[in-house]
Amino acid sequence: MGNGTSLVVIVVTLANIAGCLWLIWWTSRTRPDEASQGNTTGHVWDGDLSEYNNPMPRWWLGLFLLTIVFGFLYLALYPGLGSFTGVNGWSQISQYEEEVRQADARTSALYEPLAKLSVTELADNRQAMAAARNLFANNCSTCHGSDARGARSFPNLTDKDWLWGGAPETIEQTILNGRVGVMPALGAALGNEGTEQVVAYVLSLSGHKAPADWVEQGKQRFSTLCAACHGPDAKGNPLLGAPNLTDDVWLYGGSPAVLRETVTVGRNNAMPAHKPLLGETKVRLLAGYVYGLSRGDHDNAKSGEGEREKGHERE
Amino acid sequence: MSHEIVERKIGLMGVLIALVISIGGLVEIVPLYFQSTVTEPAPGVKPYGPLELEGFDTYISEGCYNCHSQMVRPLQAETERYGHYSLAGESVYDHPFQFGSKRTGPDLARVGGRYSDEWQRIHLTNPRDVVPESNMPGFPWLAKQQIDATSTMAKMHALRTIGVPYTDSDIAAAAEQVKGRSKMDALIAYLQSRKYNVPAAPASAGQP
Repeated sequence: MGNGTSLVVIVVTLANIAGCLWLIWWTSRTRPDEASQGNTTGHVWDGDLSEYNNPMPRWWLGLFLLTIVFGFLYLALYPGLGSFTGVNGWSQISQYEEEVRQADARTSALYEPLAKLSVTELADNRQAMAAARNLFANNCSTCHGSDARGARSFPNLTDKDWLWGGAPETIEQTILNGRVGVMPALGAALGNEGTEQVVAYVLSLSGHKAPADWVEQGKQRFSTLCAACHGPDAKGNPLLGAPNLTDDVWLYGGSPAVLRETVTVGRNNAMPAHKPLLGETKVRLLAGYVYGLSRGDHDNAKSGEGEREKGHERE
Repeated sequence: MSHEIVERKIGLMGVLIALVISIGGLVEIVPLYFQSTVTEPAPGVKPYGPLELEGFDTYISEGCYNCHSQMVRPLQAETERYGHYSLAGESVYDHPFQFGSKRTGPDLARVGGRYSDEWQRIHLTNPRDVVPESNMPGFPWLAKQQIDATSTMAKMHALRTIGVPYTDSDIAAAAEQVKGRSKMDALIAYLQSRKYNVPAAPASAGQP
């Protein structure tokens, strides 16, 4: 706030309070013309109805003056008079920062001893996993589901199938820095027939029925176009997040129509980086939780609290 | 002036009442126009790109603001969940601003980057596909509605007249950037833009 604006606010505020004082003085004094008409206000209705001009009750007058005193005290203690911050230095932000300090003090009692533990140690720590379960529900379940079984486009975390690798440190890296999984659009390169052939080959890898001649031609095309990421044996590459295509676990769905779409227009999905959102300790707790899920530690994951539709995980 | 005159002339009384109330407005509202924390963009805040701008309009036309706020208040529980509290300078290019007043769904001021585009697309089409307990309606028709590039340019022209610093080349490039995109794409682009890295020491401390 500029000095000029500040001054205007101060003047108007004080003038307003002075106005209130003047008003109470002006209304409670006796006017000469009223005095001459006795003890009434001088208004007459319906011929003979008039109004007594009694002074205001003392208690009311006292309360009015008290609010003015309160006003002055408030303006002295809290920000209100322009850019004057008040003698006790209160501000919305300082109150907020104090709140954060208190909350940090409460949670650091929980997190500090855990900050030194490794992901696997955390996975074995009952107290850490109780906290991690809440962290998961708040931060991860919107994509991976409250039962961690994932949904179409979002991986199931309770199985042993990993896109980017399931080692404890790898899981931690995935959550800390996020991942971007890109499958390029190959529709133009393959053409309609080529797409059908590749889809047939990919289906056959997971033991589904497909026309034998398409499978054979699809295999040729796969080795030139797809093997760079998914590997010559189609078992995937966790360094690129390229999924294993031979295990009948599907991220976007394994029906011929969905596979056709995946190959034709590609896929682009991301796991957001959680380091800026949660900080390293909480991320490591979550890595421990997810690592535990893959070991089958957590009952809640098995019972399926979220009651997701069956078929999502292996669509 | 006798009190009686004011009591008997109701028109005059109305004028005087309006005068008293407008003094309140002058004192409360007018000083805000002179505060740089309110009128200047926060460091790094840029006007919306064409696609984001269309997403902003879709956000309004679909009534998202009825259930979502975009105002993280300086309260510990809120910043723990959403991130740094909102600064006035973040929304100087929002016409109208989308602070909102009701949260049936979560605050969206910091939702950018929290979810992938793919998640947003699934969630906007049918929220139950990813969040089984969600009561948000689906908006599947947005994927079928194309953006009209001429109206995008007209909107940017209009916004420029009220102070959003679009250049001529920004506006000329807009048609190409929204060409063939659906309102769904636009809304997702807008939602992904809802983030702001607050500088370590906010220049505007004290005025959230």
